[in-house]
Amino acid sequence: MRYTTPEIRRIYRRRQLANRFHLLMSLCGMGFGLFWLTWILWTLISNGFEALSWSLLTHPTPAPGGEGGLANAILGSIMMSGLATLIGTPVGVLAGTYLAEYGRRGWLAPITRFINDILLSAPSIVLGLFIYTVYVARFHHFSGIAGALSLSLIVIPVVVRTTDDMLRLVPDSLREAAIALGAPRWKMVVMVAYRAAKSGIATGVLLAVARISGETAPLLFTALNNQFTTWNINEPMANLPVVIFQFAMSPYDDWHRLAWGGAILVTFSVLAINVLARLLFRQKSS
Amino acid sequence: MSHSEVFNLSSIAPEVRIAIRNLNFYYGRFHALKNVTMDIQTNKVTAFIGPSGCGKSTLLRTFNRLHELYPSNRTTGQILLDGKNVLDRREDPTLLRARVGMVFQKPTPFPMSIYENIAFGVRLYEKLTSVEMDERVEWALSKAALWPEVKDKLRQSGNGLSGGQQQRLCIARCIAIKPEVILLDEPCSALDPISTAHIEELVHDLKSDYTVVMVTHNMQQAARVSDYTAYMYLGELIEFDETDQIFTKPNQKATEDYITGKFG
Repeated sequence: MRYTTPEIRRIYRRRQLANRFHLLMSLCGMGFGLFWLTWILWTLISNGFEALSWSLLTHPTPAPGGEGGLANAILGSIMMSGLATLIGTPVGVLAGTYLAEYGRRGWLAPITRFINDILLSAPSIVLGLFIYTVYVARFHHFSGIAGALSLSLIVIPVVVRTTDDMLRLVPDSLREAAIALGAPRWKMVVMVAYRAAKSGIATGVLLAVARISGETAPLLFTALNNQFTTWNINEPMANLPVVIFQFAMSPYDDWHRLAWGGAILVTFSVLAINVLARLLFRQKSS
Repeated sequence: MSHSEVFNLSSIAPEVRIAIRNLNFYYGRFHALKNVTMDIQTNKVTAFIGPSGCGKSTLLRTFNRLHELYPSNRTTGQILLDGKNVLDRREDPTLLRARVGMVFQKPTPFPMSIYENIAFGVRLYEKLTSVEMDERVEWALSKAALWPEVKDKLRQSGNGLSGGQQQRLCIARCIAIKPEVILLDEPCSALDPISTAHIEELVHDLKSDYTVVMVTHNMQQAARVSDYTAYMYLGELIEFDETDQIFTKPNQKATEDYITGKFG
């Protein structure tokens, strides 16, 4: 057998060793990552579990020593994240559509894509400062709308990027088929390309929601905080990340407990959104 | 109307559906079609054969101006459909595409139901009542020999069909808007032999109502289904004649070499 000469066996042996070495290293890498993640989750659960209760969801934040929950912060977070998504999604989808469908030639799309990537990685505190300067400072008060605007600046680049990527995954043959039937370009985009890419785009929007629901920095200068429950987006608005920040920095034990409770809420809602996004994407691609 | 168009009109025989006159095609600087002149007969199947890259798909894609999607593509010369130059930039390509339908190499069902795949194209041109639309969908699917297989799952996704069924769905979609000419760009190259036989039979039936032009890599297929065959090489039309003539006693040595497998 010519495949069993000593030399070939030596080469084969070396490959096996190299394979095992690399397998071991990647397992170590994975273990290292998982170790910290589990530790974080464990700390979170062991500290925050006792804080979980109905009053967390139904009562507003208390004064130090008083009884209370996080209802105002939860409401504020949902309102501002929702509003930011409502503002950011159409802008992001339209811009992403331009990049993938209309801007294939010329210089505008590559430059826009590059700038969008910068925005995507911009520190969120910078976005918060920007809204502070152009909105809060001009109107002389903190507000929920300012918070939502700064969060929408985080949503937009994420949605632009995923829309662009997902539309570019749609094969050109599908576009040509629609055009060959005589469909005008906009109809081809809306009826064919969007349909082919819709679960990917929806996943992108969900990931953007997950991303903003934990953002603290942009809300510090914009929505600030509010001790009371409010539905008015023109007033300063409580929100989970800033409440967690303030309560965790405080010297009061019951505030600490609430901060841990809020941290659990944020973490697990982000987890839930991520799981949902994955399910949505898998459903389509199967 | 310019003088040359009048001249062309008078020199076209009445049974010619598409008359190509001195067509040149450029992908940017690359000269992909060189001075092609040919007449495509009404209600016949015309096949384009030739090695990869010879320009046969390129030629087909100029008939419905699909090449215009990519602006570095450029043409000179004329393609006269019933005497009118379709390459005329002032004409609306949408209306041309209603008359000249196309089916692609890979099946391209839209991400929607089987019913909607057919209705999509029809709605671009006609406002039908739902009963009329149902009839049209059934008619088109029957014509494409797909109706018996899908009549109970019209609301299911077109992506769930087999490759051969998807291709027949695309043919039905193309027929549904009632074109005059059907362009087939290697319609069987992604299909198994049984599906291929289905499609070939279908092509044979279609020519009583439509003018069919098909690109194929498969010479036996051209011999089986076409009435006329054009052999192209490096962007030039080498020989164009009745299929029997091309396959039994071609005029050009190059054609003979290609169809006997000496080359290509």
